[in-house]
Amino acid sequence: MAETDTAVRPHDDAPVTTSKTARPDRDLFAETTTIRKPAQELYDFWRNLPNLAQFMDNIDSIEKIDDRRSHWRVRAPMDKIVEWDAVITEDVPGKSLSWQSEDGADVPNSGKVEFKDAGARGTIVRAVIAYESPMGVVGKIVAKIFQREPRIQARRDLRRFKQLMETGEIATASRTKAMLAEEQKA
Amino acid sequence: MKAIAWHGKHDVRVDTVDDPEILNPRDAIIKVTSTAICGSDLHLYDGYIPTMQKGDILGHEFMGEVVEVGPKSTLKTGQRVVVPFTIACGQCYHCSKQQFSGCDNSLPADNQDIARELYGHPMTGLFGFSHMAGGYAGGQAEYVRVPFSDVGPFVIPDDSIEDEKVLFMTDILPTGWMAAENAMIEPGDTVAVWGCGPVGLFAVQAAFLMGAERVIAIDHFPKRLELARKFGAEAINFEETKTYEALMEMTGGIGPDACIDCVGLEAHGAFADNILDQIKASTFLGTDRAHVIRQAIIACRKGGRISMPGVYGGFVDKFPLGALMQKGLTLKTGQTHVQRYLPALYAAIVEGKVDTTFLISHRAPLDRGPDAYKMFHDYQDEATKIVLKPGLAMAA
Repeated sequence: MAETDTAVRPHDDAPVTTSKTARPDRDLFAETTTIRKPAQELYDFWRNLPNLAQFMDNIDSIEKIDDRRSHWRVRAPMDKIVEWDAVITEDVPGKSLSWQSEDGADVPNSGKVEFKDAGARGTIVRAVIAYESPMGVVGKIVAKIFQREPRIQARRDLRRFKQLMETGEIATASRTKAMLAEEQKA
Repeated sequence: MKAIAWHGKHDVRVDTVDDPEILNPRDAIIKVTSTAICGSDLHLYDGYIPTMQKGDILGHEFMGEVVEVGPKSTLKTGQRVVVPFTIACGQCYHCSKQQFSGCDNSLPADNQDIARELYGHPMTGLFGFSHMAGGYAGGQAEYVRVPFSDVGPFVIPDDSIEDEKVLFMTDILPTGWMAAENAMIEPGDTVAVWGCGPVGLFAVQAAFLMGAERVIAIDHFPKRLELARKFGAEAINFEETKTYEALMEMTGGIGPDACIDCVGLEAHGAFADNILDQIKASTFLGTDRAHVIRQAIIACRKGGRISMPGVYGGFVDKFPLGALMQKGLTLKTGQTHVQRYLPALYAAIVEGKVDTTFLISHRAPLDRGPDAYKMFHDYQDEATKIVLKPGLAMAA
C-alpha cells in the first residue's frame, strides 16, 4: 500500500489517506489514536487476534486458523454476518502488522496497523484499511445508517482499544447489567 | 430507586427506575445524601442543550456514602465522598497533565462522534448532562454508579463537616476558583465578574483571595448583588445602569484588568444582540445568547484577560474578534478540572477561608425535584441554590 502519493502532491507530506485528489481503487481510510502505553505491549495484545473481539464491537468471532491465518465473522447491517479468512502479509514485531483477506471474502479488505513510539505521549496507533464495500455506494450508505460503516466502526474500535489499554476497562454509561447487555447487543 | 428525570423542555419528573449496578472494575455505587440543582441544569431544563433523551436522569452536583465498590475501586463502603461532575480516568495524557475535563477515556466510544464533529475532539463524560457528554445517569437520584471511582470521588475524612459545607466541591466552587485562576489576577487588579449566581459569587471570593484590589459584580437580581457586596464586591445592576459606561467611569477609563463571564449561553436582558440570538436559537438558526462575553471583551482593558467559565455549546454570531485581537486580550476558558482543585479547596473550607453555605436558599426532599426546578427557574432572585435531600421525608 502506497503511503504517500508524491507524484500527485509533490509538495505535501500529509498521508495519502487525507488526499483530496488520490483515487484509490478501493475505499481507503486511516484512523489514528495515541495510547499511553509502550508500542510492544500494544502490539503484543493486538497480535493475539482473538483479543480484538474485546473492543471491536461488530465482531461475532475471530478464530485462529494458524499463526498467520484467521477466520473473521463480522456483523453487518440488517442482521447479516459477513465472513472472510485473513492472512498476515507482513509482521514487524512491536511495530506493525499487515493483513489481506483471501479469495472468497464477503468484504474483500486489506490493511495495516502501525504502532509508532511517541515518547512521553506513549504510542501512536494507526490503522489503514482498504475495502470493497458490498453493493457499492448504496451498501455504504446502508452501513452508515446502521452505524456499521467500516470507518465509523474502526474509529470507535480504536477508542475502545485505547480505553481498555489505558484504563483496564471500556467506558459505558449504562446503569444496570441489563442495560449494558442491551447496549452490547445493539 | 427514585430519580429526577428529564422528559422535555420544562418537564422534569420523579421516575422510579432500576437501581444502578457495578459494571466495570473501577466503579462504585454512591448512596446520595445531598444533591444540588446547578445553573447549568437550567440550560437542560430550557431545552438549550442538544442530545437529551426522555428519561435521562439529571444532576451533576452530588455527594453521599459509598455502598458498593468494584474490585479495582480504592474506595471503601461507608466512606463519605463528594463526586466531581467531570468523569476522568486519571490515566490518559490529559489526565496526566491534570486537564481532567479533557479526559480521553470517560466518554463511551459511540458517544464521542458528536463532539468530534462539533468541537473537533470528544470531551470528558459528565454526569447527567446529555448524550453528547456520555449519557451518564446523574446524581439527582437515590443512588449513582460512579465510574473511575479511584480517581474522582474525594473522601471527606471528617464526619463533623456537614454535607452542605463540602457539596459545592463537586462543581461550582472549583468552577469559580478556576475562573479566577484563568483571569491570571495580579495584585492591585480590578476584576469585573458578570453573573452573581453561585459560580460568580465563588469567583468574587476567589478573586480577592488571589490578590484583586477591587471586584465589580454585574447582575440584575438584587439579592444576588447583595451577596456579592457581602464579599466586598462593588455592584452594578445592568437593568438600572449602562454597564460599559459604568465600568469605564469606575476604572478611570482604563477598563477592568480581568473580566470573568460567569453567565454563559443564556444571558438575560433585553439587549438587541440577545434578542437576535434568541430568535435565531428558537428558529434553529442556532446561536448561543452571548451578550456577556461580547460586553466583557469590549469593556476589558488593553492587554487584559478574559476568563470564561460560563457554558457555551455551539456557535456565536457577532463575536468581537477584532477587539480581542486589536486590544491584545488573553482568553482562557474550559470545563472545570475539578479533581485538580479538591485537596486545596477542602483545606480552604476547613480553615474558613471560603464560605460555601451562604448560597443555599432552599432545601427539599428529592420527590420535590420538579417543583424545585420550576422555582429555581422562575424565581432566580430568591432561589440562589436548592439542595435536594433523598433521605429527607416528603413534606406533607
